[in-house]
Amino acid sequence: MAHSTDDASVTRRDFIYVASATMAAVGATAAVWPLIDQMNPSADTLALKEIEVDLASLVPGQQITVEWQKKPVFVRRRTPDEIKEAQEAPLDEMKDPQADGARVQKPEWLIVLATCTHLGCIPSKDMKGDYGGWLCPCHGSQYDTSGRIRKGPAPFNLGVPPYKFLSDTKIQIG
Amino acid sequence: MRHISLVAIGLVLGLTAAYADGPKEPEPQNWSWTGVFGHFDQVQLQRGYQVYKEVCGVCHSMHLLAFRNLGDPGGPGFSEAQVKAIAATALVPDLDDKGEPTTRPGTPADHFPSPFANEKAARAANGGSLPPDLSVIIKAREGGADYVHALILGFSDAPADMKGKMMPGMNYNPYFLNGQIAMPAPLTTDGQVTYADGQPPATKAQMAKDVVAFLSWAAEPKMQERKTMGIKVIAFLFVLSLVLYAAYKQLWRDVDH
Amino acid sequence: MHGEYRYEPKNGFMKWLDSRLPIVRLLDESVLQYPTPKNLNYWFTFGGILTFMLAVQIVTGIVLAMHYVPHETQAFNSVEHIMRDVNYGWLLRYAHSNGASMFFIAVYVHIFRGLYYGSYKAPREVLWILGVIIYLLMMATGFLGYTLPWGQMSFWGATVITNFFSAIPVVGTDITQWLWGSFAVDNSTLQRFFSLHYLLPFVIAGVVVLHIWALHVPGNNNPLGIDVKGPQDTVPFHPYYTVKDGFALAVFVLFFAAFVFFLPNALGHTDNYIPANRLVTPTHIVPEWYYLPFYAILRSVPSKLLGVILLFGAILVWAFIPWLDTSYVRSARFRPIFRQLFWVFGIVCIGLGWCGAQTPDYVIIDLGPNMSAINVAVDHATKAGKTPEEIAAVQKSAQASERVTFAVVDLSRILTIAYFAFFFLALPALGRLETPLPLPESISKAVLGARGGAVSGGTPLAQRG
Repeated sequence: MAHSTDDASVTRRDFIYVASATMAAVGATAAVWPLIDQMNPSADTLALKEIEVDLASLVPGQQITVEWQKKPVFVRRRTPDEIKEAQEAPLDEMKDPQADGARVQKPEWLIVLATCTHLGCIPSKDMKGDYGGWLCPCHGSQYDTSGRIRKGPAPFNLGVPPYKFLSDTKIQIG
Repeated sequence: MRHISLVAIGLVLGLTAAYADGPKEPEPQNWSWTGVFGHFDQVQLQRGYQVYKEVCGVCHSMHLLAFRNLGDPGGPGFSEAQVKAIAATALVPDLDDKGEPTTRPGTPADHFPSPFANEKAARAANGGSLPPDLSVIIKAREGGADYVHALILGFSDAPADMKGKMMPGMNYNPYFLNGQIAMPAPLTTDGQVTYADGQPPATKAQMAKDVVAFLSWAAEPKMQERKTMGIKVIAFLFVLSLVLYAAYKQLWRDVDH
Repeated sequence: MHGEYRYEPKNGFMKWLDSRLPIVRLLDESVLQYPTPKNLNYWFTFGGILTFMLAVQIVTGIVLAMHYVPHETQAFNSVEHIMRDVNYGWLLRYAHSNGASMFFIAVYVHIFRGLYYGSYKAPREVLWILGVIIYLLMMATGFLGYTLPWGQMSFWGATVITNFFSAIPVVGTDITQWLWGSFAVDNSTLQRFFSLHYLLPFVIAGVVVLHIWALHVPGNNNPLGIDVKGPQDTVPFHPYYTVKDGFALAVFVLFFAAFVFFLPNALGHTDNYIPANRLVTPTHIVPEWYYLPFYAILRSVPSKLLGVILLFGAILVWAFIPWLDTSYVRSARFRPIFRQLFWVFGIVCIGLGWCGAQTPDYVIIDLGPNMSAINVAVDHATKAGKTPEEIAAVQKSAQASERVTFAVVDLSRILTIAYFAFFFLALPALGRLETPLPLPESISKAVLGARGGAVSGGTPLAQRG
């Protein structure tokens, strides 16, 4: 048998096998990454990560629904009465207590995700419910003028997406 | 793929200035992005975009490009603010509150709007011919960048053997199949586009090169990334082959084969 | 051909599994310890390369299918969406399109290896026929896949190929419209082609399993074409051939990468970057390069039906080689005349490929004026009472346009005849007429003769120190 058994050649022999196996494994891992990353959102989807909304056309009491990251968002210009109600509502009555000041940057503008935190329906703006905000038609959750859950099965307040004012009449959501 | 013999024949035919034997072979140019280490010249791409916008874009759509692509790596490299500004100058189709078609200023996410509402409108405005979309034109023509470059600059008066055969509304171009093209010469004078300070003068030759560079990028916006990755991959595979060969030789040392 | 080695499960769990589903046994006996002739050269690595390429095409295809839209209004744009917006989309697309070409390069090397070394001869006829079936499935898959980007070549190539079926007498038109789902290639055609393109590779994978099973019954052929006589002629597949195939694969992937990263559109056609337009036919409809020889055979005869018959015949004839070749000697190494004709046949195939890429009337050699046609034109003008100047003008014009030529279609005819002559004349005749060279006694003896050293087989990994 021509096997060499001295230490030096055993090490050399094993090294080349370890080296090839390692390199092949590195190559295979690198090759797998694109296969996984291609499922991440593509560039055109990411381009809609932020949207700009023009506020100039809204009068007090008016609300629009915009689409942000494929989700509906309420943008509401609140009336002074709605602002007062939102700021004075007693926190200890709420399932998910949160001051209005923590939910808005400017009191006149309420921007919340239009997704009921119960099971995901869009709360209706026409049916206001007892608290002057929104009533969800699916299972009767009721939100106030700050989008907080006041009655019904939903566990949390309507979510507030990240946004910033680019000017007095324009916001960027996301 | 270049056929050297056809180039030789083409050059000879070109010298005789007759169309009889078919389209002229485009002269090969030195482009910065060809070859293994090729790369686009960012500033040239910006000038090329300007030529597209002010000259070609009047008739030709590029609907596969979005404004945000103008800021992507490997491309013209406009800043985020510049991209927003460029997008905002464009008017993209939208619906008004009554559901009627209208236009609004573009955002980076929008694709380049088409100069015409639809194919019929495009044909009606161009004597029945449809100006092709330019998004992948460089890849859609034999000869690629060389061909488009030659075509843009190749307009001339019809030679003697073509004079009687020109159809109404057609323009003579020896690089085009059949020699007759519906498009008139797009670049007619130097300075048709005003480049910013510090740029080379906007001669016809310069504008043609710049717009071809831009179109080449537009057809393959990932070219830079592709070649950079390619060098790494090939280098890795080369080393891997050597290592595996060594392992193979080592392993088979004891086997009579 | 299992030799003396048998898998022995090592621990309790492995014994338990082995008695319920002997999958580890299958892997160990059929792959790892599988006795393989020790004299295989690099031409024998392409089976492994093909398995890898099938996996590459399936994996890249599945991820591309997550983004591609098989509708005529969206197909072209969805491919561009993949190229521009999907993360690494450009890489996956180019890997898949160039992968198809690599797949065919490998399969042609694999087929010609089989032809050269007589791998189709008894007892490997079924193995060979399964290979023909795999090749047919590959051609179908490639054709279906090429239509999906819905470029000009996609659309018009689909039109030309599906029109083959209209050549069938009586039912041809009905069958063609059934294939199309419409009166011409249409969206319905694209959608069903996508479904079938997704399906067929898995059918290929199934036939590949049968192909490898059929190989393992008699065992691998080898460059000498003589049977393995015992363990001294073989080495276990792992690690000897896993490492050797790994090296060959790395080189092949390097070649593949050169195309993907630096020449991604070199093997394609620029017309396929023009969105399909059913009102404009490209000046030059050409299939992908791997179909070109058959395209030349198709166009070598004026009759559509005969052209289609010849085309399919040119593929199906391969299935009959085990019976057309009458020689008892397998490997071309010991068949001097067959070996020459093999290379001639190879050149014939490449020549047919070149012909397939040209227009059929492209003139290769101009042999001079066609006197009879010119005389006919002159006669005609004379009888019509033209003036001597007019007759001279007719003669001059006829001398320019009426030529005796040797054109691509003529070369295609000669090469098509040569192609079939190889199968129907050369192979049967050579078995009787050729004097083969003397065969070595065994693989080991042949190696001994070359080396003069001690006989040695490779040691199975399990027994190595």
